[in-house]
Amino acid sequence: MIDPPVLDVSDVRIAFSGRKILDGVSFEIRKGEFTGLIGSNGVGKTTLLRIILGLQRPDSGEVRVLGAPRSSRSHSLGYVPQKVVLDADVPMRARDLVALGLDGHRFGFGRRSKHQRELVNEILHDVDAERFADSRVGNLSGGEQQRVLIAHALVSRPQVLLLDEPLANLDPKSVQEIVALLHKVSSEHGVAILLSAHEMNALLPVMDRIVYVTEGRAASGTTDEVVRSDVLSRLYGHHVDVLKLHGRVLVVAEPRPEADHLPDHPTLTVS
Amino acid sequence: MSLRRLLFEPGFFSSAPVHTAVLIGAVTAVVSAVVGVFTVVRSQSFAGHALTDIATTGGSGAVYFGVSPLAGFIGGGVAGGGMMDLIGVQRVRSRDLATGIVLGAATGLAALFLYLDATQSATTGVTQQILFGSIFTVSSSTIPIVAICSAVVLLLIGVIYRPLLLSSISPDLASVRGVGLRVVGLLFMLALAVAVGLSSIAIGSILSTALLIGPAATALRLTRSIRGAMVVACLLGIATTWLGVLLAYDSDYWDPSSQGLPVSFFIVAIAFLIYLLSGLAARRHVGRRNGDIPAKEACGLEDDTTSKAVA
Repeated sequence: MIDPPVLDVSDVRIAFSGRKILDGVSFEIRKGEFTGLIGSNGVGKTTLLRIILGLQRPDSGEVRVLGAPRSSRSHSLGYVPQKVVLDADVPMRARDLVALGLDGHRFGFGRRSKHQRELVNEILHDVDAERFADSRVGNLSGGEQQRVLIAHALVSRPQVLLLDEPLANLDPKSVQEIVALLHKVSSEHGVAILLSAHEMNALLPVMDRIVYVTEGRAASGTTDEVVRSDVLSRLYGHHVDVLKLHGRVLVVAEPRPEADHLPDHPTLTVS
Repeated sequence: MSLRRLLFEPGFFSSAPVHTAVLIGAVTAVVSAVVGVFTVVRSQSFAGHALTDIATTGGSGAVYFGVSPLAGFIGGGVAGGGMMDLIGVQRVRSRDLATGIVLGAATGLAALFLYLDATQSATTGVTQQILFGSIFTVSSSTIPIVAICSAVVLLLIGVIYRPLLLSSISPDLASVRGVGLRVVGLLFMLALAVAVGLSSIAIGSILSTALLIGPAATALRLTRSIRGAMVVACLLGIATTWLGVLLAYDSDYWDPSSQGLPVSFFIVAIAFLIYLLSGLAARRHVGRRNGDIPAKEACGLEDDTTSKAVA
């Protein structure tokens, strides 16, 4: 029997000052699935994630988390935002930031119980962040900070983890490490993951499903179902070729005379 | 005994103004330190500075209308803080702009009130008192109201501590946890306004940011947690004000012809010196810390676990 979806996005539409950003995006995510939300910069991936989180209201359409309409205070979603700038001048240990994932919304100073401290230690262990748990977060490397932010998002044990471009600005080695960590989180802990990225190749080995967004529309399915010439051509509204070589995928657009100097449709798009 | 005489000039311990100054100095130092830590973490020093100018307006206006300067400092600050929040302090980009606009308007108004105060009382003492403070002339009858305002601010910060901290680190992380950024931001702005008002009566409205930012910035350099920074900032703040009070009192005796140097000068100078010294200490501290992290080795360790995870 198939599990019911933990996240169900249906026909979400939103426009900003008349410009359609998302124009009928639908997809489902099930328990323990690793889903890549793929699209180039500016296609509305962040907007879509914010709508799922309840931080932004769509013009129409619905988002259901665990079968229930999303309320912004539900804690079944974990979130790692894009570009969190952690200041090296702020004396906050990695462990403190993770603990705020448990109770950062609560009033008071909050003396944490033994149980809560154990939860924090457990999650720090799970993301392999124990050895820098007592360092200032601002002094950590990009990959280490990403681990701490993932721990912050996971410590309240959400069923779905949303990550907005967590691999951008990381060196290739850190990208591999973070992808492997997230794969472990989804496969071993059963957390459904929706990760946005403008580059899909690093995710190909671990992605169960892909949601490919462009021009306000999205196609979803397994990588083999979606990353195909006919599907993506329909999505882009013009012909693109999908080339696979050495386990990597290239999405290549036909050279169009009028597209010569349009940076959002380069003649060669590596995705 | 001789050392005591050397450090404390005659009458220091029996002087009523000194008692008041020591008490008010300690209380305002604690409030400034606690609020100051968040002001620095939230990068709102400029808003804090603008609030001092608004407090100047409130204080000078209060004198003109015959109300207690403390009421003017705090009332002006709270009104100005609310106005800055309305214009858009919440968004980082419009924060500077809103602060600057309110600051300019308030300072202009302060110029008017200070002029009126001075012409009305035919003395420039009022201007000096509002801008640069005079903790020795604070009446002991203001102690209860100072204590109440301080308790309210400390309680407020205690209540919103965790949401305030998380939203200061990252507004995105806070809002996804259901923290009302606007409410938390406004409440903090009010706490900041009252803190500035309190430290205005101690060291003057213009200088009050020194007590707000100095000890907090120093403590943030030297500690490993926000709570630790608050404790250290409180201790530094109290030490700074008390030492300032002592030196100002003693300065009466350094030169018999003078009337003693202003206490605000000593407090601000000490806060600044401690901050400079902490820079040296922090630099050595950081150097040591960077040295003891074997980065290469740590990464090697990580390799094993990740390759296992992929398999």
